[in-house]
Amino acid sequence: MSLFDAMDIAGTSLSAQTIRLNAIASNMANANTVASTPEETYRARTPLFKAVLEAQFANDASKMGVQVDRIEEVGGDPRAEFNPGHPLADEEGYIYKPDIDVATEMVSMMQASRSFQNSIEAINTAKQLAMRTLTLGK
Amino acid sequence: MAANGIDKALGISPQVLALRMKRMNLLTANIANADTPDFKARDIDFRTALAKATASQTRVDTTKPGHIALSGGVSQPQIQFRQPLQESVNGNTVDAQAEHAAFMENAMRYQASIQLLDNRISGIKKAIKGEP
Repeated sequence: MSLFDAMDIAGTSLSAQTIRLNAIASNMANANTVASTPEETYRARTPLFKAVLEAQFANDASKMGVQVDRIEEVGGDPRAEFNPGHPLADEEGYIYKPDIDVATEMVSMMQASRSFQNSIEAINTAKQLAMRTLTLGK
Repeated sequence: MAANGIDKALGISPQVLALRMKRMNLLTANIANADTPDFKARDIDFRTALAKATASQTRVDTTKPGHIALSGGVSQPQIQFRQPLQESVNGNTVDAQAEHAAFMENAMRYQASIQLLDNRISGIKKAIKGEP
């Protein structure tokens, strides 16, 4: 039934944005995670979205949800910081911090949150229309 | 056919509702893909789509075994890509505000059609019962 398809489509957006929010939370939580080598240092990750024409939607081109294609590690190399007193410092006295810009992450978080709200709005409207259609002729 | 009479009484409202639903799916997909790189926003031209849908209501008689009956329901509307007002860096052409406005407008018009259909149905009901 078409009205429920709209909810399905918006639902794919909800789950995709949730994954994005999770990745952002993980990035912000690890913004100050220190490591002894550049390899061990946490790297920012971000989900890449892709439009999806699922098998359940395939017979109708008007339905297209969104899915997380893959999660990529982004950002530059870890920053080396000279701090010989740190317990995790290597032989030369360096510790490594991830290259995470908290401001960028916050902006991305706002974006994800707005998109989430938009999809919720769409689901709510679809629900109202469905309810109205169900009471047709009463 | 008796059912045909009632079909006619409902006018084009059923086709309108089906098309509005399809358009809502498209607009929801646009909103859902607002952050998808290289996604192109899509929509239908409602006037053309409705004209096509109501035109295909013409009944085709199947008098011989080889004839194929027209399937009921609305024909697939032509889906077109939206012309973006402003290009974005990731190739996405979804304008969240415009999509939102279009979505709401579509929902309102859907409700208007439902209201119309409702009134027609209660009219028919009255006619059947013979109430004044």
